[in-house]
Amino acid sequence: MKYTEDHEWLRIDGDLVVVGITEHASTALGDVVFVELPEVGTMVSKGDEVAVIESVKAASDISAPLDGEIVEVNDAIEDTPSLVNDDPLGAAWFFKIKIDDMDALDDFMDEDEYKDLIE
Amino acid sequence: MAELLHLPLDELHRELGGKMVPFAGYDMPVQYPAGVMKEHLHTRTAAGLFDVSHMGQVILRADSFKAAALALEALVPVNIAGLGVGRQRYGFFTDDAGGILDDLMLANRGDHVFVVVNAACKEADIAHLRDNLPEDITVEVIEDRALLALQGPLAEDVLAGLNATVREMRFMDVATVELAGAECWVSRSGYTGEDGFEISVPVGAVEDLARALLADERVLPIGLGARDSLRLEGGLCLYGHDIDTGTSPVEAGLTWAIQKIRRTGGDRAGGFPGATRVLSELEDGAARRRVGLKPEGRAPMREGVELYAAEQGGAPVGRVTSGGFGPSVAGPVAMGYLPTALSAPGTVVYGEVRGKRLPVSVVTLPFVPANFKR
Repeated sequence: MKYTEDHEWLRIDGDLVVVGITEHASTALGDVVFVELPEVGTMVSKGDEVAVIESVKAASDISAPLDGEIVEVNDAIEDTPSLVNDDPLGAAWFFKIKIDDMDALDDFMDEDEYKDLIE
Repeated sequence: MAELLHLPLDELHRELGGKMVPFAGYDMPVQYPAGVMKEHLHTRTAAGLFDVSHMGQVILRADSFKAAALALEALVPVNIAGLGVGRQRYGFFTDDAGGILDDLMLANRGDHVFVVVNAACKEADIAHLRDNLPEDITVEVIEDRALLALQGPLAEDVLAGLNATVREMRFMDVATVELAGAECWVSRSGYTGEDGFEISVPVGAVEDLARALLADERVLPIGLGARDSLRLEGGLCLYGHDIDTGTSPVEAGLTWAIQKIRRTGGDRAGGFPGATRVLSELEDGAARRRVGLKPEGRAPMREGVELYAAEQGGAPVGRVTSGGFGPSVAGPVAMGYLPTALSAPGTVVYGEVRGKRLPVSVVTLPFVPANFKR
């Protein structure tokens, strides 16, 4: 698992990267009440705001961690936003992105580096 | 920035796991470990304890309650002199343009008027009182009392466990009640849309009282986050957001708080700042109105969202002044201002969220029926 400074996690799944938010992020957001996901097939560039997550407190953007194509989204979290609080590292993945350059993943933090960031 | 003030219960909030944030100059708990959603729902089904000690408590005295009340009526368009002993009313200070300087609670406590004002406005309110009331009215700012609110359908049962006399109080009654060994000034009111009590308690006794209430398993501590969602579902205005000097009481839909006696034709009509505008709007209506707004989709529409009459084109016709997720409604809820022609319940307008215009219906407030003990 890799981590971004925006508190997203990235998991490699074959030639795809699965993206979600960390437990630290889901706790900080509080009760999640709304999620809006990108359209499948969208070509995204690193840094694009591709998803929206709203908690009882505020709205936040989820940005694309890498250039690529959104190939699958997790409709379950649009239907049941509270999944993001209940299982942020598992059932509440956000989207899968197909990237050209898997080496780009090396630039992200590993778990120890991410723990240092949030502590 | 000035240093944050600390509530008398600051240590207790931290001990309870409160997440502290700056609010109106105070370090305040925005939520506890249960979280906003659970705190909100718990208050609607059981009882929640709120620390509202940041609010201003003021006593106005003259030769009699009535003399103080009549003097205060020069600043507040409410029938204060007609309040019975042990009764409370909601009101507001108006300015010369008919805007709202602050909203407040006013009580007849026998020989004086007891006033509770918003934290963010309290310094200005106190100066306003001192500058504008006659010299024979004393303005005493109460610094040695905290203020707690116990809200929810089980609030009466919980508080009666400390002193059974509170059961005899009706909505908007005020009484002096001994709680946790201290003389408390209790009102049967609050700002959640639920039954409940607000308790002015000496600072030296507030921790004992709070701990006694929290020892009851039916009570959870509630932070500012749930206080906001509860009052929003209750259709209640938050000063500085839904009402301010740019909104008149008629625009804000607060005409119910202006009794007949203060309106045109009444025995004490007018005589408050901005009366010309307020009285004429009471007769003829205002150009815009505060309304309840129910987004048709699931996306919350927060403060600042612009409202449009059509899905495409045109300039904004209004704006959301409070909005978020309503845990009891289980969906987004909002309030805002719209031209009177678009303010009838059932009217559909469009709120622009992240560049998309989403349909939102005008609805009757409150979103959740009030549960007061009349």
